[in-house]
Amino acid sequence: MKYIDEYRDKKIVLLLAEEIKKTITKPIRLMEVCGGHTMSIQKYGIPYLLPEELELISGPGCPVCVTSRSYVDRAVAYSRLDDVIITTYGDLIRVPGSSSSLDKEKAKGADIRIVYSILDALTIAKENPKKKIVFLGIGFETTAPSSAAGIIKAQMAALSNFYLYSAHKVMPPAMETLIDEGVLIDGYIGPGHVSTITGSGIYQNIPKKFGLGVVISGFEPIDLLQSILMLVNQIENNDQKVEIEYTRAVKPEGNIKAQEMLDEVFEYGDDWWRGFGILKNSGLKIREKYAMHDAEKQIIVDVEPLKEPKGCICGEILRGVNKPKDCKLFGTVCTPSNPVGSCMVSSEGSCAAYYLYNR
Amino acid sequence: MQLTIFITDKMKNKFDTILLGHGSGGKLSHDLISELFAHHFDNEILRQQSDSAIIKTGNTHLAYTTDSFVVDPIFFPGGDIGKLAIAGTINDLVVSGATPQYLSVGFIIEEGFPFKDLEQIVITMAKEAKKAGIKIVTGDTKVVDRGKCDKVFINSSGIGLLDDRNIHISSGSNIQVGDKIIINGSIGDHGMAVMAARNELNISADITSDCACLNNLIQSALEASDQIRFMRDATRGGLGTVISELVKGKKYGIHLQEDQLIVNDGVRGMCELLGFDPIYVANEGKVVMVVADKDAQDVLDALKKHETGKNATIIGEITNEHSGMAWLETMVGGKRIIEMLSGQQLPRIC
Repeated sequence: MKYIDEYRDKKIVLLLAEEIKKTITKPIRLMEVCGGHTMSIQKYGIPYLLPEELELISGPGCPVCVTSRSYVDRAVAYSRLDDVIITTYGDLIRVPGSSSSLDKEKAKGADIRIVYSILDALTIAKENPKKKIVFLGIGFETTAPSSAAGIIKAQMAALSNFYLYSAHKVMPPAMETLIDEGVLIDGYIGPGHVSTITGSGIYQNIPKKFGLGVVISGFEPIDLLQSILMLVNQIENNDQKVEIEYTRAVKPEGNIKAQEMLDEVFEYGDDWWRGFGILKNSGLKIREKYAMHDAEKQIIVDVEPLKEPKGCICGEILRGVNKPKDCKLFGTVCTPSNPVGSCMVSSEGSCAAYYLYNR
Repeated sequence: MQLTIFITDKMKNKFDTILLGHGSGGKLSHDLISELFAHHFDNEILRQQSDSAIIKTGNTHLAYTTDSFVVDPIFFPGGDIGKLAIAGTINDLVVSGATPQYLSVGFIIEEGFPFKDLEQIVITMAKEAKKAGIKIVTGDTKVVDRGKCDKVFINSSGIGLLDDRNIHISSGSNIQVGDKIIINGSIGDHGMAVMAARNELNISADITSDCACLNNLIQSALEASDQIRFMRDATRGGLGTVISELVKGKKYGIHLQEDQLIVNDGVRGMCELLGFDPIYVANEGKVVMVVADKDAQDVLDALKKHETGKNATIIGEITNEHSGMAWLETMVGGKRIIEMLSGQQLPRIC
């Protein structure tokens, strides 16, 4: 398959792995920020190809994982309203809230529909004028532009029954906070999809302020090994900077049109991240201009009090302080079929990836 | 009796309602079967927990199986719900090493369902059964109010005769280190054909379901070797689930080679798009076999003579390393484990 097979060529993968082995002279810890990277790394068995000195740790880039439990609680409360249809990406429906989850509510009869794009949600809104359609907008700069486009389209089509419940977040504040808090890493494998939208400029602070390199990586095995090699080279030569490995998708300036759309619909606000707490200007809030499509402002609902599970260390795992195997619940109490924390649910969550591919 | 209360309470605490994942064929289904059905229906035959129940009657053994079909959409490229109902049940019998004899079929039909669609399904079923040399000998029909079922659901049960020398096949009790693992072709075709046929995705992909009766294919394999040590059809939960179920709790391990797995382009493309792993995607015409090393080539040759086995491949072997676990050597030379899928595979969001 074109544009895929070339990036999974075993010969090149093994050459790159060999080159990493030759170049590395000291222990190096790299964090892959993006959950898609974590999944690829585990799926292709990449740790097995790397030298002992090189350690990969998973970061906070799984949208479902960093979303707060109270977000799920509120979505559950919406789903219990008779006149509401919840539309959501599939990942979210099994994430546990304080006492329920969307798939449990669905089994009890709530109208919850998995969609593949916000445009499907708009179609549902058109077809059900008497219902309120709530789209659960989670994710980083990757999914946020399509939510913005959805809101603009809803406004243009005068779909007054369409609402976005936004927990959209932006990546750089979490990446900077991690280093600030003293998580010991030597460089970042930078998020590929986020950077397609934002460009590489948003990471400039990381080498400047913290002296760490960022290499924006694609998702195929060769991309990841090439990025690791670039980071190892940077570290060995003490030349930390922002580089793009994923040049076939990421331009330094990013996708200007998507950035404009984001700016049109959203403004920055403080937001809560699992594992981090509140990070300044890390969330995307719907601007006043589009408040009529803001679920939080328009649909008033009672939300149950927040209950966090005991023993779950999702937060530490998202910050890279611990690995899934360090959690006492991992693989025993907490499994993909009975997840305690969100990291075990999403296909991009590090606990789920470790459980499925590397137990 | 203390135990009964403990187990059912445990189940109740976990879930107060049935979730879609309980029907996915993965870990949730497994838990539901072992902690509820098998627990309450418990007997020595059920305890075998194989695709078909093996029952000794007089001098011979019967294989007996049942399956229900609720596929949506009911017509898809490569087949329809009727073909599935015949092939699925026949395959459950033949992978136990049995020769299928008779089938029953039960229909639950939604009020308002077009007669011509039902007729088409029934004609397919008759054709498939004839091709496989099986008689449909009894049946049942129920019609329910509109909205109380989705178009049509079909249950089919089947009986086959099981030769004494094949009795070990369904449990895999004769499996030895060094045995080869064979599959009769590409993986993931059925699951992705059905996904693509669902209008909600708006994907037009050239994917045909592999739905097929495997009795002739398996007959040839059994004639080629008396050293076939295990067979299972890789339906819901895909190849990955069969492999992880097989190895769980065993003294041996399994080693698979990802570069030996065949995944058709359409299936690969859709899996890439949706973030699915093809080893967990459903098949309806694939059998996983464990065969003694010395006979593996003979079995492979026998399979390749059939349309349903022309792409048969050796995909791995039984090892004395990492007992109870299945490891996959990935296409790029890395290694990872194969774990049972839990819940349904959900599309990724970014």
